[in-house]
Amino acid sequence: MNKICGSPKIKRWKKQGLSDRIFKLSALLSALLVIFLMAGFFLQLLWCSIPALKTFGLRFIYSTEWDPVNNVYGAASAIYGTIITTAIAMLIAVPLSFVIALFLVELANPFISRIMGQAIDLLAAIPSIIFGMWGLFVLVPIMQNYVQPFLADTLHLGILPFFDGPQMGFGFLTAGIVLALMILPFISAVMRDVFRMVPQVVKESAYGTGATTWEVTFDVTMKYGMQGLLGAVFLGLGRAIGETMAVLFIIGNTPKISASLFESGTTISATLANNFAEAGGLFKSVLFELGLILLIISFLVQVAAQYWLNRVRKKAGGGL
Amino acid sequence: MKKKKSIFLRKLKNNSMSIISVLSTIIGIFFLAWIITVVFKTGFSSFNWSFFTQATKPYGIPDGGIANAILGTLFITFGAAAIGIPPGLLGGIYLSEFGRNSRLGDMIRFSSNVMMGIPSIIVGLFVYTLLVYTTKTFSGFAGSVALAIIMFPVIVRTTEDMLSMVPNQLRESALALGTPRWKTTFSIVFRSAKTGLITGILLSLARVSGETAPLLFTALWSDSWPFNFFTQPTANLTVTITEYATNSPFDEMHAKAWGAALLITIAILCLNITCRTLFKEAKK
Repeated sequence: MNKICGSPKIKRWKKQGLSDRIFKLSALLSALLVIFLMAGFFLQLLWCSIPALKTFGLRFIYSTEWDPVNNVYGAASAIYGTIITTAIAMLIAVPLSFVIALFLVELANPFISRIMGQAIDLLAAIPSIIFGMWGLFVLVPIMQNYVQPFLADTLHLGILPFFDGPQMGFGFLTAGIVLALMILPFISAVMRDVFRMVPQVVKESAYGTGATTWEVTFDVTMKYGMQGLLGAVFLGLGRAIGETMAVLFIIGNTPKISASLFESGTTISATLANNFAEAGGLFKSVLFELGLILLIISFLVQVAAQYWLNRVRKKAGGGL
Repeated sequence: MKKKKSIFLRKLKNNSMSIISVLSTIIGIFFLAWIITVVFKTGFSSFNWSFFTQATKPYGIPDGGIANAILGTLFITFGAAAIGIPPGLLGGIYLSEFGRNSRLGDMIRFSSNVMMGIPSIIVGLFVYTLLVYTTKTFSGFAGSVALAIIMFPVIVRTTEDMLSMVPNQLRESALALGTPRWKTTFSIVFRSAKTGLITGILLSLARVSGETAPLLFTALWSDSWPFNFFTQPTANLTVTITEYATNSPFDEMHAKAWGAALLITIAILCLNITCRTLFKEAKK
């Protein structure tokens, strides 16, 4: 555009060129802000966690000690809690979202599908603190009085270490369920979009050979949109890993590792939110290092999610 | 050759999968409807005049409202909008007008998608190190900055999407008349993408107005009115909910937390529904 020369009003052209250059430069700088901010997250958290890194080194990641009185800390219990709650959430939410997306795209009539689809989009916007409150005041008593006794005693699963423990309602299992409910609408919405992106012709040709709906979904749609589905799963995973408020109220906030899902524990984000106000000195630095670990994990998860979603986007030519 | 499966088994599998998927949808919707009903039912009972007009009272005093928190949340959210929207729009302009097929554009696009998924608590920590640690005080302004950082990539991406939908002929005809690039963008491209841009901004506002974790590290909360926005911890709805729901044994405070939760839910649902209707009309 800028190379159109030879106008009689060269001066005006130059002036315009200047204002346009400023315009382009400010746009570029704003866009680069994304990268600066991302780099800033890493650098600041790294900078603030140097005292902790120096004191504990690599041992920090696998040490289970957590003793604010003697200033000895390890991240293992928080990492363990994060992994367990996220795993429970994903185990519940991924299959459910898959079949919900299947229902919305392949089975329901267009009217119901549209209404439900909008409902799911709206639910994905509900802030996580609402889920946390519901978990604390509604789900915890139910888990304590009905679900945990049922699992442990009625079904006799109490002989397994996972279901053996105090039936208090709080803990990994409840937190995982609340997380699952929180990410459910989100994953369903992305999966639904992925299902929709599969070209109608591909599905129709499979139907034409006599395949049933399930066969088309499982062998054609799913294979075609595999990368998109993976992307959706990883997006949900990223949300679950970093979630604070939905977990904070319910996890129990005790820094320990236990096999029982009924036991209370903690996650990285819950530890941060719970201890940050009172922490000082080395303790604060430890919390920054926990934040750094969380940042690295969620960064990797997001990069994976975007990588897969990008490939689907390219294949389908936009959207999503 | 694969062994042929009997048609009966295939149909059985298909039907059972259909039933499973209908059931799961019902289960999913049931739980989510349950949550919404609880919020509406419990929250609505705590709505009354003083709830909306009085400030929060110190720990243990049952009367009082949450008016200061409502005002504080409005301050923080609008502050975030003022800080986050201009660079967000400009970044979106860069991606759609200048960096559409460039490698740098792809990289920035990718990074902003990644940044959207970074946990909000990390942003809270980051802003704590930048603004709270250096000024030695929690402030509503720091909260605004944190929310602005969360909004920023969302606005960049929606702006880009909306501007990309504007046909190139419009840009070309404006440029052919000798209009400078910035004028073309702001008065031609922006005008035809107006509804989309507003939708994107409103959605990003809806997204940050329910955030809690970043505010724990920046705005904190207080019982006073939020007039020392730049120098003092500032009351806001979400952190008040956290305090009242977890750190208090009093039923009155729990009720107020539910009321505040309902208020936020209603605001976010309204914003989302507005966006949807706006966008649908624009598409027509």
